[in-house]
Amino acid sequence: MPQSADKVLDHAPLFLEPEYQDMLTEKKVKYECGHPDEMVKEIGDWTKSWEYREKNLAREALSVNPAKACQPLGAVYASQGYESTMPFVHGSQGCVAYYRSHLSRHFKEPSSCVSSSMTEDAAVFGGLINMVDGLANTKALYNPKMIAVSTTCMAEVIGDDLNSFILQAKEKGSVDDDYDVPFAHTPAFVGSHVDGYDNMQKGILSHFWDNAEREAGEGLNIIPGFDGFAVANNREIKRMLDEMGVDFTFLSDVSDVYDTPSDGEFRMYDGGTKLEDVKTALNAKATISMQEYCTPKTMEYIEKAGQEAINLNYPMGIQATDDFLMKVSELTGKAIPESLRMERGRLIDALADSQAWLHGKTFAIYGDPDFVYAMARFLMEMGAEPRHCLATNGTKAWGKKMEELLASSPFGANCQVWPQRDLWHMRSLLNTEPVDLLIGNSYGKYLERDTGTPLIRLAFPIFDRHHHHRFPTWGYQGALTVLVKLLDMIFDKLDDDTIVPGETDYSYDLTR
Amino acid sequence: MAKDHVSGPEDYESLIEEVLEAYPAKAKKKRAKHLQVAQPDPEAEVDATTGIASKCDTTKSNIKSIPGVMTIRGCAYAGSKGVVWGPVKDMVHISHGPVGCGQYSWSQRRNYYIGKTGVDSFVTMQFTTDFQEKDIVFGGDKKLEKTIDEINELFPLANGVTIQSECPIGLIGDDIEAVAKKKKKESGKTMVPVRCEGFRGVSQSLGHHIANDAVRDWVFDAEDSEAVKSYEPGPYDVNVIGDYNIGGDAWASRILLEEMGLNVVGNWSGDATLAEIERAPKAKLNLIHCYRSMNYICRHMEEKYGVEWIEYNFFGPSQIAASLRAIADKFDDKIKEGAERVIAKYQPLVDEVIAKYRPRLEGKSVMLYVGGLRPRHVVTAYDDLGMVIAGTGYEFGHGDDYKRTGHYVKDGTLIYDDVTGYELEKFIEKIRPDLVGSGIKEKYPVQKMGIPFRQMHSWDYSGPYHGYDGFAIFARDMDLAINNPVWGMYDAPWETPTAIAAE
Repeated sequence: MPQSADKVLDHAPLFLEPEYQDMLTEKKVKYECGHPDEMVKEIGDWTKSWEYREKNLAREALSVNPAKACQPLGAVYASQGYESTMPFVHGSQGCVAYYRSHLSRHFKEPSSCVSSSMTEDAAVFGGLINMVDGLANTKALYNPKMIAVSTTCMAEVIGDDLNSFILQAKEKGSVDDDYDVPFAHTPAFVGSHVDGYDNMQKGILSHFWDNAEREAGEGLNIIPGFDGFAVANNREIKRMLDEMGVDFTFLSDVSDVYDTPSDGEFRMYDGGTKLEDVKTALNAKATISMQEYCTPKTMEYIEKAGQEAINLNYPMGIQATDDFLMKVSELTGKAIPESLRMERGRLIDALADSQAWLHGKTFAIYGDPDFVYAMARFLMEMGAEPRHCLATNGTKAWGKKMEELLASSPFGANCQVWPQRDLWHMRSLLNTEPVDLLIGNSYGKYLERDTGTPLIRLAFPIFDRHHHHRFPTWGYQGALTVLVKLLDMIFDKLDDDTIVPGETDYSYDLTR
Repeated sequence: MAKDHVSGPEDYESLIEEVLEAYPAKAKKKRAKHLQVAQPDPEAEVDATTGIASKCDTTKSNIKSIPGVMTIRGCAYAGSKGVVWGPVKDMVHISHGPVGCGQYSWSQRRNYYIGKTGVDSFVTMQFTTDFQEKDIVFGGDKKLEKTIDEINELFPLANGVTIQSECPIGLIGDDIEAVAKKKKKESGKTMVPVRCEGFRGVSQSLGHHIANDAVRDWVFDAEDSEAVKSYEPGPYDVNVIGDYNIGGDAWASRILLEEMGLNVVGNWSGDATLAEIERAPKAKLNLIHCYRSMNYICRHMEEKYGVEWIEYNFFGPSQIAASLRAIADKFDDKIKEGAERVIAKYQPLVDEVIAKYRPRLEGKSVMLYVGGLRPRHVVTAYDDLGMVIAGTGYEFGHGDDYKRTGHYVKDGTLIYDDVTGYELEKFIEKIRPDLVGSGIKEKYPVQKMGIPFRQMHSWDYSGPYHGYDGFAIFARDMDLAINNPVWGMYDAPWETPTAIAAE
């Protein structure tokens, strides 16, 4: 009997004990009716072949292990970045349970959101009553300052009209006439979570701006985009802008709501963009989107509203941070202070110290389009070589932009770009054209297992490592974090590969 | 940090009143029917194992959640793909519709299995038809056909396919049954269309039922497979039904059943193969753990194939022993002796675990809010450690669940059905239990309040909790949750000068 109170064995060691191993072997032989081991091996090897890769890449209908989520997730996340705002998703209720769980598993934080809980009768008659009752209940129980409404695919398929429903709910007294209920239709069968983010942002801005008069000012707006590292990244951007003395407003800022303290009180809402600030943000001189592919419609709207609309692609790395600061400087006339030049210098110093370990290392990257763009750019800055850049929610236009980026550096020469591909495609790519390291999210651990490519977790969602998102990846400080993650993986791998005493440990060097 | 502490049953009644005050009238009236305090039930027979007879089934249950209140429930798709079908390891389960449902549920239930993922096993993969606008407009049947063809080509060792419908499927009038029939004819493989669109029913629960019905219609009622034909039934063959092998639960259970002399022919559905589903009607007895999610198919097997079923509980030594004996009672002396042998073998482990952990946990109060069988089944595991249940409730229970709960919780226990985020927070804040057991969505708000928490759906990435081996882990986990020093450091010392002085 392996278990004891002295040393309680968890699942991992417990089931390796002989009793369990025998039991599992017998189960397999007697009851499972599986395929013979040789056949499993043969097919397993075949899945790693070029022949399989070609069949795999020829898929037209099936998606396997995609690296994207659906629109409402992005809408919920965008809403949560506003002061005391409750996201309200109109449609089936199970969806909301999923968004909340998904966000909580990544941030290790509460994620508040409500559903209008539509069921079969609402599918037939529409969900008006659900909206009317739902808004009233949400307001009464959770007392938000704003309720931001988005939709699940159910409500979209039956064609519920949010604008009309919200007006009718207000007429019926669910909430006051002047109570803020911005909305966005967020069909799950169009685009991905980044588009849901875009639609909700546009919905919120147009709610406050459509009937307002713009008085052109000098301030800046920052739209961070959907970002798993937002807690630290938003704060890092704010710190840099404060150093420059810039007057700025974040439009959706989850950095506090997804990082509340543990002191005995559960704060359903904390921080976020003040609703008053959203209104005055109309007067800003310009809005900078930190993630172009999270904000196409929003930025179009902002431009029409009279502001300059600047699109960046995830300010991670040296030049991406340079671009950001120089753009801010250009827009505001404020000089980039010496303190930031020193930070930059320290980062370059670190890169120079470590360049030998990164130069020529090959990488596969996947994630949201802006992240992949920035990651590839940063790798090339370090002399590393991206080889596969994949974004399931990357459009063909994104692919083209990636090709241009890669063509700008000799380190991008051997890289292939894979828009609209999934992680089962990536498995074939890694098996047939291997790389040294993989950059992605937690789902990448299956690729690590199947292809032996070490995984560095830098993209949303990260479920199986804790608190990485509490450290920035943006700006010069963030670039340092990323650099250290890459180096740690390289050194850990090297140590693992040289750890056998008397066999490989001649290279188990003390100083590297 | 000490706040108002609600101590007894009378207080619970007024606590319910107080919590309901926040609702608008219509919602208040509805929610009032879901909240109650367990009453004494002098007419009921006292449970032989727990010695308890209370009345919990006055609670309204299995009805629609109120819009906008933050229900914790999921949907029918979650009940079918997430719970019942998803763990069947040698089949590919297609999340049919938009990408999200499959994405959020990907690898989240910890249904352990042995197999080569992507080659002969597929549990921790996300297969989806990833619906686009054109699929909604023109229908998705053609795409589904092509998807199944591509699965058959790229995953030749998959023994079948299930089609897990997401919301749009039922709304756009697709005929997935026709696709399934056609593909079965072409490939010879089992094809199971499941109408588990998320808007059906009021929670996960209808999804379980629909998934059970799909087993009946598309597996049992199909012609016998080779696995069925080649199978010689024996007198000690049993199926374990409703154990999803979360963190290895089913393995920690199977080892006991086999040690007492039974053959576990099928385990539904954790670590299961299609063959284990197909052969089930030939077994002598169905042992059902999660009654809520799989009683339907047990009733069907009893009716059609004459397979008797018995509920059992493998949480905590008292219930494990009682269950082993009750199961053995259905067999001959060989098995009865086997059960006694198993109980005796593990008694020293039980004694050690209780000796070590009970003193650290004695008298600690627990509030539970989970699904399936757990709101009642785990109660006795806490009892075995001397812990006290202050409140419990079901996400998607029915009347029969609440009736059964009367054998597990004492009168005076707070009972909440389909609790809302608001209610649960207020209950916890006022009762301030020593531990809360619920899900990921509840974990972080509760911990912020300074109250220890364990996820009791996923075992908080630990487990198994079933069986004797699992009980040791359960006890260890409850101890490490409650007795961690972090809970004592929530208040900054400079803010509580009296506490410093008292030290």
